[in-house]
Amino acid sequence: MTTATARISRPGRNAAKPSRDAESRERALAWARRAPLLPALVFLILVTQLPFVVTLIISFLNWNSLSPDKTAFAGLENYATVLTDPDLRQAIFTTILLTVSVVLISLLIGLGLALLLDKKFIGRGLARTLLIAPFLVVPVAAALIWKHALLNPTYGLINGVLTWIWSLFGSPTAPQLDLLSQAPMMAVILSLVWQWTPFMMLILLAGLQSRPMDTVEAAQMDGATPWAIFRHLTLPHLRQYLELGGLLGAIYIVQNFDAVFTLTAGGLGTANLPYAIYQTFYFANEYGLASAAGVVVVVGTIIVATFALRTVFSLFKKEAAR
Amino acid sequence: MSTLTPAAPSKTTPARATSTTGSLRRGKSRMDPTRNNTAAGIAAWLLALLFAVPVLWMILTSFHSETDAATNPPSLAANLTLDAYREFFGQTSGVSPWPALINSATASILSTVLVLLLAFPAAYALSIRPVKRWTDVMFFFLSTKMMPVVAAILPLYLFARTVGALDNIWFLILMYTSMNLPIAVWMMRSFLAEVPEEMLEAAQIDGANLLLILRKIIAPVAMPGIAATALICFIFSWNELLLARVLTGVVAGTAPVFLTGFVSGQGLFLAKVCAAAVVISLPVLFAGFAAQDKLVQGLSLGAVK
Repeated sequence: MTTATARISRPGRNAAKPSRDAESRERALAWARRAPLLPALVFLILVTQLPFVVTLIISFLNWNSLSPDKTAFAGLENYATVLTDPDLRQAIFTTILLTVSVVLISLLIGLGLALLLDKKFIGRGLARTLLIAPFLVVPVAAALIWKHALLNPTYGLINGVLTWIWSLFGSPTAPQLDLLSQAPMMAVILSLVWQWTPFMMLILLAGLQSRPMDTVEAAQMDGATPWAIFRHLTLPHLRQYLELGGLLGAIYIVQNFDAVFTLTAGGLGTANLPYAIYQTFYFANEYGLASAAGVVVVVGTIIVATFALRTVFSLFKKEAAR
Repeated sequence: MSTLTPAAPSKTTPARATSTTGSLRRGKSRMDPTRNNTAAGIAAWLLALLFAVPVLWMILTSFHSETDAATNPPSLAANLTLDAYREFFGQTSGVSPWPALINSATASILSTVLVLLLAFPAAYALSIRPVKRWTDVMFFFLSTKMMPVVAAILPLYLFARTVGALDNIWFLILMYTSMNLPIAVWMMRSFLAEVPEEMLEAAQIDGANLLLILRKIIAPVAMPGIAATALICFIFSWNELLLARVLTGVVAGTAPVFLTGFVSGQGLFLAKVCAAAVVISLPVLFAGFAAQDKLVQGLSLGAVK
């Protein structure tokens, strides 16, 4: 549409010298186009960009609200602390481990589920609905269910089922798991994989169903094995969808607070950066340090995002040509 | 999804000349397609049930008495009761979840309305009458979503404390609006982009005014998408914990904040936890299933159709 109007206005412009009148009218037109965009844009800049600038400023201050009189310029001291303090370094590591493992595992299981749901079978719609359910439980509620109803070492469902299976074989001493205190990171990963697999499954299933079937059928006629079809036709087609699911999942899981807060309260090495930052400013009142850690998260996210954004862009660019 | 590049290896092209694809494939029967589907169906159902077990167990336990809920091995066939729900709604303890539920509903619904009011004109200016360099604007919106909440929360908290907006639901509503606005702009742009251009041009030539175009041409095509956008924004606001935990307290605390009261164990309380989780998840489950058809397109920010 933009190009169309430009094309129409150009001949007139070339014929005569661009009159001031036409120019100002064009400018008014451009503003008329921009006007509907401005409220959203201004609001978003005020509420997200401005606070981040303030965070950036605070990150260079030595500011603990419990001793406000000692507030002073600290230079890069807070950043040095973030990168050397064992707890915060651990939090950086935990964030990476949590994000990478949850994204990869839920992508993998989501891919398997999508491949199964791509086939026609009885009750497929209901099975799909059941599979979406984990994504539609409030995250805090889901974490509570995992903590108390499933993973609780004395009466949780998982240990209950173990006792039941062992008793079937006449054994009174079933092995009992205590993930929450023995492998808390696994507990957090498990609950997040459970919540995010449906999300990945939905995106990959949409990808599978957009696959051009004629090439698949042609390959089948040529006698290609199902594995060869998957490897050489399905997987290349799904690549963009896998990347998209991974990117969107990563954006949300990097920021995860609910599961860590609820399941382990950040104990035993499960505190990720969002949780550590919350602790640092909310309880320790170290405003400068918390802000520096926040800036580190943003820098990390930007590094990941520049790679990931290219993916979204490749999906988006052809549509933009509209 | 025509925007994706289909992979077409050249070695398969000769076979495509055959017009009897369907019958030939059936005749070949390298693998019986029906049996294959049965196996896939059984596997899919087993996995679907496995994924649904925590949800089903949560619902079942919420109808058990506290003593039946905390047994090892689990008591599946125990008597059903509404005791846990009575307990959750504070009939014995006196702590009512209603203020938290009302706060959550207020924050989620009003922020969703605000998001729609801001995002619809923006999406219009990014699709139907696009501004110059509108793709840059789109990526600006997306980039704000990539900034973790923790990177901005301290200044927001300090600001709220200074102006006396702590524990005020309206401040939370503004936060949720900014949280969902980028997502809503992306979603709505993709839904508005589905409005056929020829119809818009034809209406303009006929001299239809903006209101008429919105009502007669844009609304019928984009309405399901706008509804799905609203439902998804509602879900994200209803689910949010970190901002609510930091910015609200006893007055404006939301349902997820109420749930954090169950983080540490309190003796026999499993049935009550499950009842609380069920009640607080119900709006999200309803909204999610209502938006099911458009859920993928919405959650993928319009990239997947």
